[in-house]
Amino acid sequence: MSMAPYREAFAAYPTPQAWVQTIKEAALQRASASGYPTTRDEAWKYTSMAALEKRGFKPVASEAKLDTAELASLLIPGLDYPRAVFVNGRFDAKSSRLPKGIRIVSARAADESLRTLLPVSKLWEDDVFLNLNTALFQDALMLELSADTRLDVPFELLHVSVPGSEPASHQLRCIVKLGTHADATLVERYVGLAGAKHLTNSVVQVHLDAGAKLTHLRLQDEDTQGFHVGRILVQQAADSSYISHNVQIGAAWSRLDLAVDLEAAGAHAELNGLYAVNDQQHVDNHTSIKHAAPHTTSRELYRGILDGHGRAVFNGKVQVAKHAVKTDSAQANHNLLLSPGAEIDTKPELEIYADDVKCAHGATIGQLDEQQLFYLRSRGLDADAARVLLVGAFAERLVSALPLPAVAAHLRQRLGASIRQLNGPVKP
Amino acid sequence: MLEIKNLHAKVDGREILKGLNLTVNAGEVHAVMGPNGSGKSTLAHILAGREGYQVTGGGVTYLGHDLLTMAPEERARTGVFLAFQYPVEIPGVNNVYLLKAAFNAIRKQRGEEELDAMDFLALMKAKMQFMEMDPSFLNRAVNEGFSGGEKKRNEILQMLVLEPKLALLDETDSGLDIDALKVVAKGVNKLRDPTRAIVMVTHYQRLLDHVVPDKVHVLTDGRVVKSGGKDLALELEKRGYDWLKEGAAA
Repeated sequence: MSMAPYREAFAAYPTPQAWVQTIKEAALQRASASGYPTTRDEAWKYTSMAALEKRGFKPVASEAKLDTAELASLLIPGLDYPRAVFVNGRFDAKSSRLPKGIRIVSARAADESLRTLLPVSKLWEDDVFLNLNTALFQDALMLELSADTRLDVPFELLHVSVPGSEPASHQLRCIVKLGTHADATLVERYVGLAGAKHLTNSVVQVHLDAGAKLTHLRLQDEDTQGFHVGRILVQQAADSSYISHNVQIGAAWSRLDLAVDLEAAGAHAELNGLYAVNDQQHVDNHTSIKHAAPHTTSRELYRGILDGHGRAVFNGKVQVAKHAVKTDSAQANHNLLLSPGAEIDTKPELEIYADDVKCAHGATIGQLDEQQLFYLRSRGLDADAARVLLVGAFAERLVSALPLPAVAAHLRQRLGASIRQLNGPVKP
Repeated sequence: MLEIKNLHAKVDGREILKGLNLTVNAGEVHAVMGPNGSGKSTLAHILAGREGYQVTGGGVTYLGHDLLTMAPEERARTGVFLAFQYPVEIPGVNNVYLLKAAFNAIRKQRGEEELDAMDFLALMKAKMQFMEMDPSFLNRAVNEGFSGGEKKRNEILQMLVLEPKLALLDETDSGLDIDALKVVAKGVNKLRDPTRAIVMVTHYQRLLDHVVPDKVHVLTDGRVVKSGGKDLALELEKRGYDWLKEGAAA
């Protein structure tokens, strides 16, 4: 994939403030210098960029249209405003309603707050997607709560990909900053209208002050021809909680990196994940939890459903720094393989430099249980219905853990529909 | 209702059933007894349609159908019910959901209208009360974390809700304390009716004290070697199975 279109787009949309321009230009240069990862890079060993390069996505900053009826068809019943809608990377004010504490910051009229919030940790400084995002994002969403405040209702960030004349890449930036003991629920959702063959490149930065809590639901349900890259970088102060529910069921090709830094005692992270692939879909979840202080805790459970010629990658890194004693961490990844053509590459990656820690991990790959199938059929359910029920039951552990019943109901329906389309053999 | 003729079957190449004959008429309760390894559970599984058994000879007719050619769900929908010896745990699927799906699949087969959620719930509650089960059971996952007794009770509850024509009970009495045994027996007796048949596969006499069979068969080495009335079970209780094995060999 050539960098030329990104450089052209950068030149076409200059930002008036010199300091913004400087940050963006530096990011573009870093992206050009690093280039794209290849499968020789350990972190990209199982996810090839070939399909992405073939599409030749070009960054487009023009505003696409989404009419009211189209928007209505994409909403989750029971998940009401407040909501920020982005269409092809651009903020859509008329479809949005923002509560107190949430605002849109345009790159052309950035305020000083961005100057301190945009930079990322050293580890991510050379991430090409992050840098392209920084160089080319137009509208950033800022969720900023002062100490001891809370969002009374969940807030939805909805990104919609709308088909265009050529494959485009859209950069979406979101920054969440919660003050001491602030509390918010964010629902981040990615959908596409049929035939949207774009690349969504999303970056979410989360800063949690002491005792703050963010509940973060993320549903990647892009059109089946869409591509998706996401970066979520979380920094947690003492006694803060980050609760993630990450669902990836859409897109032809997707890659998400979720990196959590537990920087002070009492910080706690929960990473729940569910992914489902079919046909030729490819989904990659890379999570990383850094226990950088004593008495930090993390829980991680990812489940995957693989059918057709779908392929999934799970890489769960847990790092425990030398002084991070009394770290308590547990990770599990379970996969249901429904077809001989499907593939899962799963890898727990533990780096433990401290003594006196608890770090559990486990990964499983299995098929539908024949005894369960027979039991259901012996009660009168046909083989397909029994199969759908059992696949749904496998996902239910994560679906029922979703804190918003409306989102859980929506996901059950979506999964039910996609499971019915599964084309693997009835017998495992 | 059920006619098993000269049935031969293999599991993993080993012959388990070696020419089994059994006829069960509507309105009858049969007990099939026998020592471990005689083929009792194999028979129950083959009748319910479990895979992994190779029928090498003979056949089974059920209500005029060639039973062995039917898929397990077709058998269930035409009224065959197997109460499992080891009911399967299914995390993530709740009891009421499974039973409603099963109930409506069977109603549909009979050309009857599906029952709506409210009516079905009322039916479930009545049957659960009869089986002395806690209402919280409805929304628990199928058999997950159930005690042995709860699982068996659940099987009988399902049977009462689905109202089969032919109920096969595979060692339903095993692992039950006396109180649970009485509740299970009450459930089985409730189903007794001139239009239905019940086949109880069991190792011991004690269930038969509570559900009195019309006929008792002794299965040894894959064949029915002796049939009789309820007194035969008592005789087996006293004398064991060995005298029949010798008789069969002679």
